[in-house]
Amino acid sequence: MHKDLLRLMRAERAVRLHLAVTLVAAVLAGLLVLVQAELLAGVLSGRFTAAALGALAAVVGVRALLAWAQGIFAGRTATGVKSALRHRLLARLRELGPGGLAAHRSGELVTLTGRGLDGLDAYLTGYLPSIAVAAVVPIAVLVRLFAADLASAVIVLVTLPLIPIFGALVGMTTKAVTERQYLALSRLGGHFLDVVRGLPTLRAFGRARYQAGVIREVAEAHRSATMRTLRVAFLSSLVLELCASLSLALVAVPIGLRLLGGSLDLTTALLVLLLAPEAYLPLRAMGTRFHASMEGVAAADAAFAVLDTEGDARREGAGRAAPPSAGPPEIRLENVTVRYPGREAAALEDVTLTIRPGERVALVGESGGGKSTLLHLLLGFVQPATGRVLVDGADLRELDPAAWRARLAFVAQRPHLFATSVADNIRLGAPGASDEDVRRAAEAAHADFVAALPQGFATVVGERGANLSAGQRQRVALARAFCRPEASVLLLDEPTARLDGRSEAAVVAGTAELARGRTAVIVAHRPAMIDLADRIIRLHAGRVVADTGAPVEPGGRQGERVAAGHGESGGEA
Amino acid sequence: MGKRLVWAVLAGAAADLAGLGLIAAAAWLITRAAQQPPLAALSVAIVATRAFATGKGVFRYVERLTGHDVALRAQAGTREDLYGALIPPQRPRHGGADLLSRMVDDTEAVQDLLVRCLLPAAAAAVAGLAAVVVGLTILPLAALVLVAGLALAGLALPAGTAAAARRWAARIAPARAELAGRVADLVHGSADLAAYGADEAALRRAEAADEALAALERRQARVHAAALAGGTLLQGLTVAAVVLLAQGAQVGSVGTAVLALTALVSFEPVLPLAAAGERMAGITAALRRLREVRAAAPAVAEPAAPAPRPESPLTVEVEDLVVRHSPAPAGRETRPALDGVSLRLTPGRRVAIVGPSGAGKSTLLAALMRLVEPESGRVTVNGADVRDLAGDDVRTLMTGLTQDPYIFRTTLRDNLRLAGPDAGDERLRRAVDDARLGDWVERTGWDAELGEDGRTVSGGQLQRLALARALLYDPPVLLLDEPAEALDEETADRLMADLLDVTRDRTTLLVTHRLKGLESVDEVVVLEEGRVTQRGRHDELVAVPGYYRDLWESEVLTRR
Repeated sequence: MHKDLLRLMRAERAVRLHLAVTLVAAVLAGLLVLVQAELLAGVLSGRFTAAALGALAAVVGVRALLAWAQGIFAGRTATGVKSALRHRLLARLRELGPGGLAAHRSGELVTLTGRGLDGLDAYLTGYLPSIAVAAVVPIAVLVRLFAADLASAVIVLVTLPLIPIFGALVGMTTKAVTERQYLALSRLGGHFLDVVRGLPTLRAFGRARYQAGVIREVAEAHRSATMRTLRVAFLSSLVLELCASLSLALVAVPIGLRLLGGSLDLTTALLVLLLAPEAYLPLRAMGTRFHASMEGVAAADAAFAVLDTEGDARREGAGRAAPPSAGPPEIRLENVTVRYPGREAAALEDVTLTIRPGERVALVGESGGGKSTLLHLLLGFVQPATGRVLVDGADLRELDPAAWRARLAFVAQRPHLFATSVADNIRLGAPGASDEDVRRAAEAAHADFVAALPQGFATVVGERGANLSAGQRQRVALARAFCRPEASVLLLDEPTARLDGRSEAAVVAGTAELARGRTAVIVAHRPAMIDLADRIIRLHAGRVVADTGAPVEPGGRQGERVAAGHGESGGEA
Repeated sequence: MGKRLVWAVLAGAAADLAGLGLIAAAAWLITRAAQQPPLAALSVAIVATRAFATGKGVFRYVERLTGHDVALRAQAGTREDLYGALIPPQRPRHGGADLLSRMVDDTEAVQDLLVRCLLPAAAAAVAGLAAVVVGLTILPLAALVLVAGLALAGLALPAGTAAAARRWAARIAPARAELAGRVADLVHGSADLAAYGADEAALRRAEAADEALAALERRQARVHAAALAGGTLLQGLTVAAVVLLAQGAQVGSVGTAVLALTALVSFEPVLPLAAAGERMAGITAALRRLREVRAAAPAVAEPAAPAPRPESPLTVEVEDLVVRHSPAPAGRETRPALDGVSLRLTPGRRVAIVGPSGAGKSTLLAALMRLVEPESGRVTVNGADVRDLAGDDVRTLMTGLTQDPYIFRTTLRDNLRLAGPDAGDERLRRAVDDARLGDWVERTGWDAELGEDGRTVSGGQLQRLALARALLYDPPVLLLDEPAEALDEETADRLMADLLDVTRDRTTLLVTHRLKGLESVDEVVVLEEGRVTQRGRHDELVAVPGYYRDLWESEVLTRR
């Protein structure tokens, strides 16, 4: 049984109760089969009158009621456990934050938290009750058999353990085989999906028809390999089936012979015949349910692995101080090194720099150089391994992250839009913003396309902004930043990546306005964006390799460079 | 296939019959023995009991093997059919990659249909029938009751669960999608949420979505519970009724016992059908979707007797081409994607297509590659209308770097070689070098596994790999759709410069929105809203006001 899952179930009161009702109903229903057999044997042998059939019907009615209760409460247990686990996972996802999430495959997390947990249904509604039944009913049957007929009871007692023993033996020998087969199966599914996804590419190079043959070969190879393993794997069920049915024959034939000799009465004989299969049934059912629940166990393992990871997320106790002043702060990095778990090279290494209030800094350099990491450091998404970040002299770690972030306006490299109205997307960081505020923010971000949308600002964008272009999404994200007029620090991560020339010009113009009167740190690739800055810092392999602004007055340099830039463009045109 | 299916059904029926026979023979043996006949009277029953006991296990084994074999063959067949239906160019579908993976999942439904629904149902029907026959020989009235009970449990109950499951699936699917969307917000939108202090609200929304889903699932559990209870009730009451009738009709203890136990056991293969009914809702939906895919008409019609493939050198002419992506989503604009475009590509000539996104640039390439059917106008190659050529032939002549190139889950070498199965290492290396991918390939290794499970490939590397494929394939007319997309500035500049170098004197159609270097192409065509608004050489176009000059100026401004 799954330890973590049991601990979770014990912690949730409602789940505990529902599970208890489920198990009790399952066990009671199993025990009622004994009563049913007793009544039926009595009626068939003529010991009871036909009136006993009324009692039999009543027992059946109660069993149906118990089955119903088991179904209802098993369903509640399953949804309860899934909800509890899901709520913990969701809270964990929030807690991990952008820094911690980077260590996971995001698609897998989404699937696991959503559909993945449904795999637990079979475990909770099938396997757990079957364990309870298997633990109680065979023993009850054995006790009754011993009371009724010693010889038959002994046969059942001897053959009964064969089922789990053979099951385990065959299971062990076929485990490796079946696991390999499962892997091959998922690889086959993957291969087919891969080919179908790549069909446009195959078509472009005239390889589509050729691949049809490959698909057939792979499927045929997979089938014959699977059948080879199944021939062995199904031996386990053959053995179990034979155990159960031969035991019944083993019980029935001697009983018949003893009836013939007159040493046994018919009621007992019929009772034994009816009860003997019920001793084996729960064990076999448990085995089947176990196999069906493996997927759920894997889902639970994956979920608890996420819950148990050591995120370097927020630490308790620390980070409660309010940021010192309201205006654009001075940000100072002192020998900061940032490492991501599982990566050898540091993302930032021994970086020391001071960003003065109101300075506009462009971070340049090739991808992977540490530019985004520097932004995430300022946002508090990642913590320095060594060194510290000071905001107006106060260590960033001591500050309340929410209060600090309230002073920031951030545009991510790939901003995420939510499946809600454009207006609500824009007021993400300022829930109280009026429609007028939103409109003004959009205007400032040059998001003039919004007016042309079917319902203007009330237009609901698709999941992840599906019905907007990359440039439009970028400008909505920029409007988000504009919708926080009180923010004093602007952090932009490549706001013009993936935009065509016209959209880029619009975004550059918007950014220039937004940066006015604020400290701005902009990760930039495109020259237009870089030109906005009065200081350029080049990062390479986590280190600052060039910094135009460190010792010199910002104003003078800027004038110089802009002049140079215009000279060159004139020449090209 | 059909024969194998029959074998599987027979084996399953035999297993169920053996189970029935085992209990009937045992019941007969015991009750008859109680009447203390001579031993010889029992010998047949004794042998039968043992034979049925052995047979049950063996037949079950055979059933499971043949059943899985049939199912795997059926699934392979379904996949092959599906793939075959997808080979001709398709009209774009809504849903993209998700739709594809669902389609692939759907092919598993065939396996489920056989192993979990059809085979058990057929075997249960045979076993039920046998039980009824046994009943008929003993007491026809009891057999009638048994038929009623079995029909309710084996037909009405599964039909009910199937209908209920269908209804619930329709209600639960949106709740599931909502939850998935909110979880995705929390994961993919993590940075935006944290930076703007909106993570708490997003968490609440995800929790609310979970609760809505859980409430629906709790109510859905009633279907399953009711089916369980109904099955139990039907089995028990049928047995009780059969016994009552048998006793009333003075059938005798042997007949009554055989009737009762046969009735009891005949329900065992029938009761699981209610759960199969629940599963059926999903299976029929999957099969319907697959049928729809197969029934969809391909995007272009293939000629009955294709004209011979034109030989190089090729002159491609586009004459007054109109392409409409039909049908337009309800209420949306129905402007054609291409609205009367003409173009002439003579051997060795290079033409660049420039224009804002959505102008129809990629549609033009699709029309050349015979992936979309024009509404009017035509594309000819050496005078032959492409509609008279086999689609594959057209794509042999005109292809290259297409939109959304795909990296397969295989080695780097094989990913390249699909564009040149016979290419030797030397040619592979040249293509890779021309695409400016040489260093990366050296670092990564030719045998590195790429794709989903393997090494991740960045956007820029993917683009260059696709370019290397196009260069390796070396078609008579090279089509390049945004080759520098997703590259950083410096790499893009170098790549475009090299590309313009490599394609010198090759018939090339280049779609781009980067104008640097276009002075060297023979003609630039500006597409806006599906129409050619400007055409000429680079220096002619920058001299006159218009989209091209605007774009050029903003590009110059953004460059240093």
